[in-house]
Amino acid sequence: MCALLEPDRTRAAAGRMIGFVNHLRLNGFVVGLPEAEAAVALLGDLDLHDLANGRLRLRALLAKRKQEWEDFDDLFEAYWFASGRRRDAWQRKTEHRKPERPGVWNEHFAKDDAASDAAGNPHSGGGEGEAESGDGRLIASRQHYLHTRDLRHLADRGELLEAERLAERLARALRYRLARRYRLEAAAERLDLRRTLRRSLAKGGDPIDLAWRARPEEPVRVVVLLDVSGSMDLYSRFFLQFVKGLVGGWAESDAYLFHTRLLRITESLHERDPIKAMTRLSLMTAGMGGGTEIGGCLKVFNERYAKRALNARSVVIVMSDGYDTGAPELLTKELARLKRRARRLIWLNPLLGWRDYEPVNRAMVAARPLLDHFATAHSLESLAALEPQLARL
Amino acid sequence: MTSERRGEGLEPLPALMDRLAAVGYMADPPLAAALQLSLKLNRPLLLEGEAGVGKTEVAKALAALEGRRLIRLQCYEGLDASAALYEWNYQRQLLAIKAHEHDRAEAEAIEEQIFSERYLLRRPLLEAISSDEPVVLLIDEIDRADEAFEAYLLEVLSDYQITVPELGTIAARSRPATVLTSNATRELSDALRRRCLYSYVDFPDEARELAIVLRRVPDLDRRLAEQLVGFVQALRKEDLEKLPGIAETLDWAAALLGLGIGDLASGDPATLQASLVCLLKTEGDQKAVVPEVVARLVGKAA
Repeated sequence: MCALLEPDRTRAAAGRMIGFVNHLRLNGFVVGLPEAEAAVALLGDLDLHDLANGRLRLRALLAKRKQEWEDFDDLFEAYWFASGRRRDAWQRKTEHRKPERPGVWNEHFAKDDAASDAAGNPHSGGGEGEAESGDGRLIASRQHYLHTRDLRHLADRGELLEAERLAERLARALRYRLARRYRLEAAAERLDLRRTLRRSLAKGGDPIDLAWRARPEEPVRVVVLLDVSGSMDLYSRFFLQFVKGLVGGWAESDAYLFHTRLLRITESLHERDPIKAMTRLSLMTAGMGGGTEIGGCLKVFNERYAKRALNARSVVIVMSDGYDTGAPELLTKELARLKRRARRLIWLNPLLGWRDYEPVNRAMVAARPLLDHFATAHSLESLAALEPQLARL
Repeated sequence: MTSERRGEGLEPLPALMDRLAAVGYMADPPLAAALQLSLKLNRPLLLEGEAGVGKTEVAKALAALEGRRLIRLQCYEGLDASAALYEWNYQRQLLAIKAHEHDRAEAEAIEEQIFSERYLLRRPLLEAISSDEPVVLLIDEIDRADEAFEAYLLEVLSDYQITVPELGTIAARSRPATVLTSNATRELSDALRRRCLYSYVDFPDEARELAIVLRRVPDLDRRLAEQLVGFVQALRKEDLEKLPGIAETLDWAAALLGLGIGDLASGDPATLQASLVCLLKTEGDQKAVVPEVVARLVGKAA
């Protein structure tokens, strides 16, 4: 690089600039080599008396998304004028090295460690097999005993872990099938002129072999809203595992937790490292186990996330018992708004599996007419029954 | 402007902003800086922001500023290579095959001929890179196109070349200044972001919006323009489903002018309410902004 051939002063400045780029990287920016190079090259053009504009130019070059765009100024100040933010980055760095395991989530992720080990070494699983191979479904169906029991009654820790693992497998199996829908259809709607013409060359220009093409069907997009309030306590642990299986690694999906607030957890579920995932989730679920404001949370979802998360192929799954402390009118209004944006709206209520339970609480009554599908989710079998609902738009 | 990386310093931003204003675009400093760098480094510029903040106008202003032709590619779901890059002219190809049927030409010769550039229909992207004069290429609402299309774009945006399997790689004759816009309805891939400079375009502040309105609707009384901009700024702070953009403000200004409302506070409330169809674009918003709310906002703006 030419900057290296220049006198010492420029070289020092280039060093500072590289330091700044590293500083941004530590704070989560993705800055490639070409950008770093361009930033150094820009040094020659920067007027030191015109720092404000220099900052604007560097921001245009180095920030790549809205969040980074907004954070940039602070980080710029911190680096070039050495104020507080820089130490953050260092702290964050060490944080990764010594992650504490918050107690609540230990059980969730203990076997996840094992699972990722198994994934790393395909022979260590000893026939358990990964869900992608389709085995997940088979194994799940053999476990009929666990299948039909109400998840509430799974008291024994071992049983619970087993149920969670099955749930994740089931969810993965669902995902697998759905993702496989992305394929070319044999019966097609449009003539592929390009290929037809190419084939016709051999026949002197007579299009005898016709080539057809169809738009591949796209997989549905799943958005899950999971209630983790106190009344759902018996199920939410297990559902979280289910959601993790469904969403983790599936690009076209999105997951949110809600109790009195709404939190997006997609990134945490995509996290490969189970310890990191656990740390993030546990930070996020502060307040878990309290009351529920379904309407308010849906409002937040509609305002902040819906535009991005939902499209005409979206299936929204709400997992909640419908015990809402907010006004049912708000719930109805927000649910209607949600319904307008999504293709299908599914509500899973674990209580529906209880004998003698009637969904008569206010929120459920208000929500009922808006739902495309209203089903129970108290056992693994009932979750498995969800598949046709997801496969059909 | 040259594509030299070093050498003469950059033009001061205020000067660039003045030149942009001269062609009818009121840029704020961050946007001007981004535009300038994008021209200098010859990198595409990705503009993200709410609908109606004037992202598309940036490309038009850039074209006017540089005296270049503007080529626009409007993205939509299902946009594919044949609509964006190139397409073979099948009718002409078939015709050519028929025409050569009797002169016993070699099949290879025919193939060579009908898969040549003469039989290629240029769609916006190919058009942009094969123009002799550099153009401004606007790829509008890239978030509407599907992810597969983004991947097509990468080759064009980073190397300025297009590969046609039958023909080989067509390299750019000139490098277009590229502007991509996105309403952020979908997260764009990192690969695409990496190839672009980025600028987030926000709603303009009061002073800038006033300048835009006065410039675009010159017949408008200054006092009314101030009121109107104040009203729209206050309206954006309300809890609405769809916030009015600059285009809406301009529509409304024109409407008020047409309706003969000279002053928001003293004008006929019913007419004023009716004119709000220019600003409020959903049923919910129209219901939410009742006459009392309008009166309150007018009070704030006055």
